[in-house]
Amino acid sequence: MQYALMFYAEPGMEAGLSEAEREAVQAEFLALADDPRRVGGARLQPVETATCVRVTGGRTLVTDGPFADTKEVLGGFAVVEAADLDEALEMAARIPAARFGGVVEVRPVVRR
Amino acid sequence: MLEEVFRNEWGRVLASLVGFLGDFDRAEEAAQEAFTIAAQQWPESGLPDNPGAWLVRTARNRAIDRIRRERTLAQKIRLLPVPEAATMDEFDDIELDETVIKDERLELIFTCCHPALPLEGQVALTLRALGGLATAEIARAFLVSEETMKRRLSRAKAKIKATGIPFAVPDAHRLPDRLDAVLAVVYLIYNEGYAGRGDLGAEAIRLGRVLSGLMPDEPETHGLLALMMIHDARRRARFAGEDLVLLEDQDRSLWDAPQLAAGQAVLERAVALGGRGPYVVQAAIASLQTRERVDWARVAGLYRRLVELTGSPVVRLNHAAAMAQAGDPAAALRTVDALDPELDGYLYLHSTRGELLHRLGRDDDARTAYRRALELATSTPERRFLTRRLEEI
Repeated sequence: MQYALMFYAEPGMEAGLSEAEREAVQAEFLALADDPRRVGGARLQPVETATCVRVTGGRTLVTDGPFADTKEVLGGFAVVEAADLDEALEMAARIPAARFGGVVEVRPVVRR
Repeated sequence: MLEEVFRNEWGRVLASLVGFLGDFDRAEEAAQEAFTIAAQQWPESGLPDNPGAWLVRTARNRAIDRIRRERTLAQKIRLLPVPEAATMDEFDDIELDETVIKDERLELIFTCCHPALPLEGQVALTLRALGGLATAEIARAFLVSEETMKRRLSRAKAKIKATGIPFAVPDAHRLPDRLDAVLAVVYLIYNEGYAGRGDLGAEAIRLGRVLSGLMPDEPETHGLLALMMIHDARRRARFAGEDLVLLEDQDRSLWDAPQLAAGQAVLERAVALGGRGPYVVQAAIASLQTRERVDWARVAGLYRRLVELTGSPVVRLNHAAAMAQAGDPAAALRTVDALDPELDGYLYLHSTRGELLHRLGRDDDARTAYRRALELATSTPERRFLTRRLEEI
């Protein structure tokens, strides 16, 4: 099965980390990127770069900022191939955001 | 008698079918069918030699028939093939060895108590799948409508299917956490029963027995079973009419002596396995408290250990109460006062405080504390107990 691992964290989370912690985070992201079970995904630029688009009544409305006004914002996602939910959860637990006060949401991907 | 057989076989039959079919709904449907057929045939034909194997075989055959029919129908109306169709050829070759039906109840328990499911769903599913309780029975026990319970169950089953929650005993490195979740569900069911719904208490003990039979090397499974059995043995003595009876005032002749002895034997087994976890410690406390003369210093020592294990403020409060019983109400009061902000909304903080103040001769303060407890009381027995206590001081 394929799962999306979406990680959320408070903006600026990395600023509070020590040099060594930052390096560890970097290494963990690289490890995830190299994991053969990862089939896709991306880390996202900071939330200040977000732009929202809505179309109502044929008009396109563009606004600044993220969709929801929550403390934690989507930092990126990975799509992985895993045998079952437990395997996906284990991969999710290795995403640094899970450890530094953020959260990783795991959802199965719709099969085509 | 038939009902008893059904009760005992349901979990094992369902587990085997979930393992075979990989689908909760299909498994339940097939099991239901097999039990219905058994209810018609067995009174005339007599029990088969191995009722469990008979039920599994019958249910499997029914399920296979049903899948075949669906496949044929799908082909006839030219729909996409049903997903199971691909595996149909495997079904033809299956020969069921009737003497050994693998017991897959443990896999089933870990699926039902998966932390990805909401807790109320875990509880309901465990009672349905392993306990064999009907949806209506579970609904009654939790004071919700049957419709609500049906939705709760089907949401849980749908999530298992959609998210790929495995039907498996977790690997060794995941096992401790996952076992904790299973034990928590069983204990929650037990506590629902302790709060007055007796059937659930008995059901939790049944589940505890199954679990300790399936995981005989895990001390905490025995610890939980012992804890439930020892508490349960005192069930009839806890109330006199509407009134709560404190442990020291309970009529011991109302205790279930064989149940108590059996519970203590289970505890010994857990301790012999090296068990020092929270359930073993709680069972040891419950066991010590059933002695003619309670060794409160030992009880206090065990509570201290439990505080270390759990960090729970409620356990700290119990520790304080045990210290007072062991002869140090002043130290106990200091502990209780330190807990005040954290547990301010907790009735037993204030009733314990009242009791300690009373013992230290500060009756005015004691009455204030009991009044605060009374404000927080929600049940009639609690209110009556606290009112009586206030009058006595």
